[in-house]
Amino acid sequence: MIEIKNVSKWYGSFQVLNHCSTHVRKGEVVVVCGPSGSGKSTLIKTVNALEPFQKGEITVDGISVGDSKTDLPKLRAKIGMVFQNFELFPHMKITENLTIGQIKVLGRSPDEARERGLKMLDRVGLIDQMDKYPGQLSGGQQQRVAIARALSMDPIAMLFDEPTSALDPEMINEVLDVMVELAQEGMTMMCVTHEMGFARKVAHRVIFMDQGSIVEDATKDDFFGKPRSERAQQFLSKILHH
Amino acid sequence: MGELDFDVIGRSLPYLLKGLQYTVQLTLVAALGGTVFGTLLALARLSSFKPVALVAAGYVNLMRSLPLLLVIFWFYFLVPVLIQQVTGSERPPQIGAERSAYITFIMFEAAYFCEIMRAGIQSISRGQIGAAYAVGLTYWQSMKLIILPQAFRNMLPVLLTQSIILFQDVSLVSLLNVTDFVGAAVKIAQRDSRIVEMYLFVAIVYFVLCYTLSLMVKRLQHRIAIVR
Ligand SMILES: Nc1ncnc2c1ncn2[C@@H]1O[C@H](COP(=O)(O)OP(=O)(O)O)[C@@H](O)[C@H]1O
Ligand SMILES: [Mg+2]
Repeated sequence: MIEIKNVSKWYGSFQVLNHCSTHVRKGEVVVVCGPSGSGKSTLIKTVNALEPFQKGEITVDGISVGDSKTDLPKLRAKIGMVFQNFELFPHMKITENLTIGQIKVLGRSPDEARERGLKMLDRVGLIDQMDKYPGQLSGGQQQRVAIARALSMDPIAMLFDEPTSALDPEMINEVLDVMVELAQEGMTMMCVTHEMGFARKVAHRVIFMDQGSIVEDATKDDFFGKPRSERAQQFLSKILHH
Repeated sequence: MGELDFDVIGRSLPYLLKGLQYTVQLTLVAALGGTVFGTLLALARLSSFKPVALVAAGYVNLMRSLPLLLVIFWFYFLVPVLIQQVTGSERPPQIGAERSAYITFIMFEAAYFCEIMRAGIQSISRGQIGAAYAVGLTYWQSMKLIILPQAFRNMLPVLLTQSIILFQDVSLVSLLNVTDFVGAAVKIAQRDSRIVEMYLFVAIVYFVLCYTLSLMVKRLQHRIAIVR
């Protein structure tokens, strides 16, 4: 579904991504972890072309992301993305947040979009919040709405960039629960997260990044059994301590 | 000079009100036009396509470095001559002071509104444009539906304050012999030799209007701050 081949990216002379190669198969859940600044956000954002890259190739569902002829809005509409800071549209009600993409991008009628959006909102357990503005919801609720917004577009894959790191501890689980459920239903997912409980529960593979490179790309059991690289071992021991 | 005679105001009120009406009209048109063109200029200045950004920045910096009065004279006296040179016609085209004033103020204010809207757009977190793109919106859709409405709301008090300044600056067109509020008052003052009365009256009207408006802007600012 997602193929990343030899991708490199520079900010000026600083190399953020260094020959990154990996893939996410249909129905697969891949967790990306690594120290802060290692390029995880940058890598995941190259998949839906929010970040351009200079070298290598990425294809999503057979479509080349880096090709200048690719209709990027159309491609992005097929991939759901959830951000660290939720990024709901604060000037729109929850219902509008859920329908705007469906109406403007997929060309659905307002009624159809609303029906689909509310179904997804119900699924994340927030149907009673539909007429509020994002600012009136807690962080955990906002993130669940953000997931519902992405799902309303009927995506073929979902990208998550540290979806729980901006949340108060007591709200992390309500978001993880939604993600676990999604994973168990067979959604194709690429998740940047340090929630190793989540990784153990639903991930098929775990990728470890360091200084712009993919250092480790292993099945979940291999990764948690004994990571081959020393950096990954250190990293794991640090984050598993608490 | 003799006694003050405030009856002159009552006698000439219809004429003065017509002048005030022109002033208000020019202010509104220039504020709206300035906001529209200013927003386009702001998008151009923030464009990642460098030539577009440079041209917009050049225009804005030029306008902001020239005294308004000079720009007014430029448009009124020199632009027709320039047009004549370019088109090679026999006489300079007659644009007329009133039309010239509309064009001048829209173009001049656009530079100031541009800087306000640019600050407004930059006040929106980069994640918002990322989220807009991620749901599949195009650049123009993202701007129109997501970024500009938020930028505009955040900047509304500043835009209104700039419009109040504009309302005062519009009085400069009286130097082109246009009958705006000040222009009308000047004409009456000279015709009836009632300079003190008329200038006092104009000052009071300006003060009451501008001060009331600025109080309203302040209240609006509070409300916006609470909603956010
Ligand atoms: N716009 C940018 N310009 C320059 N450097 C950047 C920019 N964005 C990110 N970086 C740098 O790229 C590196 C990787 O960033 P990021 O992908 O956000 O890391 P992570 O998500 O793993 O914490 C960091 O060192 C960061 O400082
Ligand atoms: Mg990150």
